[in-house]
Amino acid sequence: METVNITINGIACEAPKGSTILAAAKLAGIDIPTLCFLKDINEIGACRICMVEADEGRGARLVASCVYPVSEGMKVYTNTPKVLGYRKKTLELILSDHDKKCLSCVRSGKCELQALCQEMGVDDVDKYKGIANEFEIDDSAAHMVRDNNKCINCRRCIAACEKTQGIGVIGANNRGFITEVSSPFGMGLGETSCVSCGQCIAVCPVGAIYEKSDADKILEAIADPEKHVVVQTAPAVRAGLGEMFDLPIGTPVEGKMAAALRRIGFERVFDTDFGADVTIMEEANELLQRVTTGGVLPMITSCSPGWIKFCEHYYPDQLEHLSSCKSPQQMFGGILKTYYAEKMGWDPKSIVSVSVMPCTAKKFEIGRDDQSAAGEGIPDLDYTMTTRELGRLVKRCGIDFNALPDEGFDDPMGESTGAAVIFGVTGGVMEAALRTAVWKLTGETNDSPIEFKEVRGFEGIKEATYEAGGVKVKVAIASGLTNAKAIMDKIRAGEADYTFVEIMACPGGCINGGGQPQVPARVRNFEDYRAKRASVLYGYDESMPRRKSHENPSVQKLYSEFMGEPCGEKAHHILHTSYVKRTVHDINAWNAQ
Amino acid sequence: MSFKKANVPFAGTPEQEAELRKVIAENKDEKGALMPIMQKAQDIYGYLPIEVQTIIADEMGIPLEKVYGVATFYAQFALNPKGEYQISVCLGTACYVKGSGDIYAKLEEILGIKGGECTPDRKFSLDACRCVGACGLAPVMTINGEVFGRITPKDVQGILDKYN
Repeated sequence: METVNITINGIACEAPKGSTILAAAKLAGIDIPTLCFLKDINEIGACRICMVEADEGRGARLVASCVYPVSEGMKVYTNTPKVLGYRKKTLELILSDHDKKCLSCVRSGKCELQALCQEMGVDDVDKYKGIANEFEIDDSAAHMVRDNNKCINCRRCIAACEKTQGIGVIGANNRGFITEVSSPFGMGLGETSCVSCGQCIAVCPVGAIYEKSDADKILEAIADPEKHVVVQTAPAVRAGLGEMFDLPIGTPVEGKMAAALRRIGFERVFDTDFGADVTIMEEANELLQRVTTGGVLPMITSCSPGWIKFCEHYYPDQLEHLSSCKSPQQMFGGILKTYYAEKMGWDPKSIVSVSVMPCTAKKFEIGRDDQSAAGEGIPDLDYTMTTRELGRLVKRCGIDFNALPDEGFDDPMGESTGAAVIFGVTGGVMEAALRTAVWKLTGETNDSPIEFKEVRGFEGIKEATYEAGGVKVKVAIASGLTNAKAIMDKIRAGEADYTFVEIMACPGGCINGGGQPQVPARVRNFEDYRAKRASVLYGYDESMPRRKSHENPSVQKLYSEFMGEPCGEKAHHILHTSYVKRTVHDINAWNAQ
Repeated sequence: MSFKKANVPFAGTPEQEAELRKVIAENKDEKGALMPIMQKAQDIYGYLPIEVQTIIADEMGIPLEKVYGVATFYAQFALNPKGEYQISVCLGTACYVKGSGDIYAKLEEILGIKGGECTPDRKFSLDACRCVGACGLAPVMTINGEVFGRITPKDVQGILDKYN
């Protein structure tokens, strides 16, 4: 690698040619604060927090280190009074149009602006007090709230929406002081083709965007003796929740999570992984049916509600490719209010079905039509909360998370296999399906392969071809909706020869979901936090006694006692759903308001 | 969220739409085509309502927000049509201290629209402007270029009546 010689604060160091000052400083062990900068997706040099002095032989001048490249002989100063004073002033100016209601802000304590103000020694939040904007709060979407009175116009959310997800329903509108991140023509987010993925929330440095929370309703239900409040937790939650309690990224916390949920007061602590194993039973059978009867191929997974909504808005002509399987969360809810209710002799209406998800799109999903297995007006899920919300709820309930013992899930819907836990990472649903499909195709022998490493990893699009029992299966995996778009365009054009495709809305899968703890820019720009979280799930997979979904004894029992055949009539009623065609812009609806 | 819906229904013709689509087809593959296309669209329709911006977005394969963001950034783009009679009130310094703000407010009240908007019958549109070079006559308003000077809010109704 070609390098250049520079000095940083008088200390000589080498830096890769073409790298930014910010990256070079990081290599030399010096942190330069940033606010708008997000590696690869938002490199706009706009916020001016990362200013340093750089001398290229013409005297030192202030430059934005996040976008300014190093050059041979450059002298960089990151901590002169001029630099530090400039950063402080920039923060004071940002605060002049910020609502500063930290005490009641959901992000307080984890806010990047707050942390910077503290580090830069901001001692007067009203230094430049003047006219401030009073923006209307947008709570039109099912999953989130936007409060632009806290927005600092860093545009990270815009970049996540447009570049990572290929959607672009938010942008900077108007000009100058009244510039606002919003949707076109004053539409609320809920009136746009927003897919609820929450990647905007995941990258927001402040508390301007946050999920809607039903935590109070959940607590009230728990306090109601007439109700059976049952919780399920998605695979990825156990790989991220620890971060809410300052544990290192990649700390497995399944046992403490189960213990915490029990202490909050949930009557049963179950695992969405059970639902994931059932999903494989249904999805693998649906795939084999499509393959043998000449059905529509490729079949595409339907676990990710952000992806589903995306497909409905942008590829309404391709919906027949979607598996009719409900997501694991919804399957679980359906089974809970039918099978388990019957088993326990509970009235389904007395069950309050709650989930903890790494996902904000789940908040949209629970309100979808055709998601009420136990009957009209009895939704599979009553409430869902994000990993972040659970973290806050644990604190609110006065539970010392890090001191909790490891506990297990309750039976029978807490039992799961290694195939289910990897649902939380890109390629995981595919690998889980392959474990069962290949087992089936090769004569149901116990030594059929377990690991399919070709489908693992964080490339946006992965492809692999497998042959089993004389059947050739070509698969593709995409995560992040820009990547999904590339695959869908191929399918629409008739150029895809895949049998089975897995798509997850969030880049890297649910471990990087819009409901996971926010990873501050200073970490996410330099560390592979997704791989750390994924390693938790692969670690659980390896440690499980059973690693193929069809081996789950509780799932086997579910089918033999109650459900009948996978994809049978009862299974169809409880475990499958339908989709609706949506549009990208609905001018008529907008005009009718 | 700060947008107020146009109170004038869209009345684009098939000919206008055909012209717009032709302009887009001719230009969309060039780098930086959005601004020129929006300018030509405004030439065709007189303004850029959601119906027009949606056609631009879909034909160019970009999000509607991308078009809207540009439309609201540059003062040259209008989201509302202009009326048969375009009223401008000078809010420059001289006129303002002579009370043109009150005249502006009176016009908003009588016409039932805000600045930047057009009456539903498309008769009058109202805009604020800066100096028209007639400070000696402050406060000043113009209607289709005709200048009215040294006016008071009481004169406004009479002036409008001339155009009815």
